[in-house]
Amino acid sequence: MSSQAELDNSELDRVIRSEYEAGFTTLVESDTLPPGLNEDVIRVISAKKEEPEWLLEWRLEAYRHWQTMQEPNWAHVEYPPVDLNAISYYSAPKSMEGRPKSLDEVDPELLETYKKLGIPLHEQEMLAGVAVDAVFDSVSVATTFKSKLAEAGVIFCSISEAVREHPELVRKYLGSVVPKGDNYFAGLNSAVFTDGSFVYIPKGVRCPMELSTYFRINEANTGQFERTLIVADEGSYVSYLEGCTAPQRDENQLHAAVVELVALPGAEIKYSTVQNWYPGDEDGKGGIYNFVTKRGVAHDHAKISWTQVETGSAITWKYPSVVLRGDHSVGEFYSVALTRHAQQADTGTKMIHLGRNTKSTIVSKGISAGKSSNAYRGLVRMGPRAENARNFTQCDSLLLGDTCGAHTFPYIETKHPSATVEHEATTSKVSDDQLFLCRQRGIDPEKAISMIVNGFCKEVFKELPMEFAVEAGKLLEVSLEGAVG
Amino acid sequence: MLEIRDLHASVAGQPILKGLNLTVKPGEVHAIMGPNGSGKSTLANVLAGRDNYEITGGEALFEGKSLAELEPEERAQLGLFLAFQYPVEIPGVSNMEFLKAALEATRAAQGKEEWDSVTLLRKAREACKQVDLDPQFLKRGVNEGFSGGEKKRNEIMQMLLMEPKLALLDETDSGLDIDALQTVAKGVNSLRGPERGIVLVTHYQRLLDYIVPDHVHVLSGGRIIKSGGKELALELEQHGYGWLTDDQNGGNDKEDRTA
Ligand SMILES: Nc1ncnc2c1ncn2[C@@H]1O[C@H](COP(=O)(O)OP(=O)(O)OP(=O)(O)O)[C@@H](O)[C@H]1O
Ligand SMILES: [Mg+2]
Repeated sequence: MSSQAELDNSELDRVIRSEYEAGFTTLVESDTLPPGLNEDVIRVISAKKEEPEWLLEWRLEAYRHWQTMQEPNWAHVEYPPVDLNAISYYSAPKSMEGRPKSLDEVDPELLETYKKLGIPLHEQEMLAGVAVDAVFDSVSVATTFKSKLAEAGVIFCSISEAVREHPELVRKYLGSVVPKGDNYFAGLNSAVFTDGSFVYIPKGVRCPMELSTYFRINEANTGQFERTLIVADEGSYVSYLEGCTAPQRDENQLHAAVVELVALPGAEIKYSTVQNWYPGDEDGKGGIYNFVTKRGVAHDHAKISWTQVETGSAITWKYPSVVLRGDHSVGEFYSVALTRHAQQADTGTKMIHLGRNTKSTIVSKGISAGKSSNAYRGLVRMGPRAENARNFTQCDSLLLGDTCGAHTFPYIETKHPSATVEHEATTSKVSDDQLFLCRQRGIDPEKAISMIVNGFCKEVFKELPMEFAVEAGKLLEVSLEGAVG
Repeated sequence: MLEIRDLHASVAGQPILKGLNLTVKPGEVHAIMGPNGSGKSTLANVLAGRDNYEITGGEALFEGKSLAELEPEERAQLGLFLAFQYPVEIPGVSNMEFLKAALEATRAAQGKEEWDSVTLLRKAREACKQVDLDPQFLKRGVNEGFSGGEKKRNEIMQMLLMEPKLALLDETDSGLDIDALQTVAKGVNSLRGPERGIVLVTHYQRLLDYIVPDHVHVLSGGRIIKSGGKELALELEQHGYGWLTDDQNGGNDKEDRTA
């Protein structure tokens, strides 16, 4: 019935226009540097953080090198040039100046913000078994369960604090995975990074709880340049989760993060992301530019697993990668990327097999709706020493409606004859038949779509820690409300 | 409970049903037979409200309500169930999850008490047993990798759980082996009752040996050209449709008497 088809479409529109729930702004007085980027700005950031001389030098070197670099343009995304001089590189709530020693000293307004986002920072209210580091604009507001973690010898704090308290660890590993001059955005981050999390798990320790960092961009016209460093010493294990949101604004905001993972021999790092930055409105106005470099190095018998659920950002440019340096090391990448409105995502992974008997698995699920564009870009490289290395890649795209696009760019380089690479790709639509079956059983179209999409993502969701798998499912449901095509 | 008067409907703009009349009263079982392409599935889909199936004339009332004005899910919530001729797969969505969503939606709309997960699981297992489907199927994706016969049994399993007021079964018998046919027939018969209407679309007399219909209709060229009792199916089995379709006008007269 044609009247019904029209109905469905308007319903689709309504759903796709569903509101961004994390789009509120917190009114706090902030200490924000004037916009602009130069060496003085870097000196000020470094001074505000009371950093040692070596780190200032490191930043300045990064900055000088970055000035010689070009912004990459190979990704399947389009956006007007970002004016890096219109951005402020440091913004912190004034109340954080005295560096509160405990949660009781933290501005209640900030605590309220996290509570509204569903992340209460008071330990008794939190999900049991999850420690949180909360980063607000350029500073870490609070890190919970620190003492409990300390009993196990685990260090979990903001990177600024780590620079002060554990300089030897930071100096040894910072930039060891993503060098200062790695790429344009990583170079920029190295020069101006403000806060992020630091994790160290000692030899043989299984981290007693999930660690999690929650990033919030609040102030307008600021960039967030977070830097996270996770070191898992020999035979240790840690599961880490990252969450992100930002207020709803008309201007685009830049988020250029660097995440480095070091899995020493026999260690395992499981890194999960649920990214829900503001995606911009249906015409593509506003939203976060998410230009992120995430990489891990896996030593002998070590394992690194990236799981990401990406629903936000106007533009996503992100390739969490694993360098399989050690023999028998394992790399995994499980991804769900959902784009709607005018969102553009170019995301995927790189699996660089250097060691023998290394193994990697890639499962990528792209879902596109509205006028969005969703690209998977992946590189699997089998180095000359990578005897018996194996990769399995599966890339599935699901289209909702017919104004969106899905693209797959797999690159494979093999320098060892015994290496095997398997690649499977599918593209499908939520079919009218599937939708009709659900509706004929009494299920409303919104619920039906979210059920079908969740089913499509099942292989990835099962990799997430339990609580977050539920969250991720809900997030998809909210993002998809009414996306009937 | 189902009143179809002079129904005209087109599929993707193409007229298929051309003046169809049919009345189903509570407690009755109707069989609809007819050549390939005559419009049997179209009728079922029009009643269930599939996109692109448009009512262009006449009316179809279910429990006194005009179906044309209801969304597919509203029709289902009122108790109209369609067992599909070609059940579609929904990968990754488990049968159980699907049943839960379906039963939550329909039972709430019908004012029936909600089943907790324990009850739901027990009922679902019983329904599986009734159609001879291993309860393991509850964990598999909806129709994902099911054989043709398993898909059909899965439809009946859903029907048993949903306890519809009016069940439309579109060629549920095709693709079933002899044993499965009997099992499915037993399932359908268990649903027969004074409150319920059943419409069976079938090509074969065989099914009607097990589910004995009160009325048999022949659909051809978008209208019912002949109606009769269960013996009509036997005649069709022997003579085919030719003797009816050659003389459509005669057929129409008879239809008016029985419908
Ligand atoms: N989407 C469509 N576009 C155009 N014609 C269609 C469409 N769907 C069905 N038809 C036509 O409508 C007519 C009736 O089809 P329908 O499926 O109702 O037949 P049927 O009686 O169920 O046949 P069978 O016994 O083979 O199942 C056929 O001629 C078919 O080709
Ligand atoms: Mg048919």
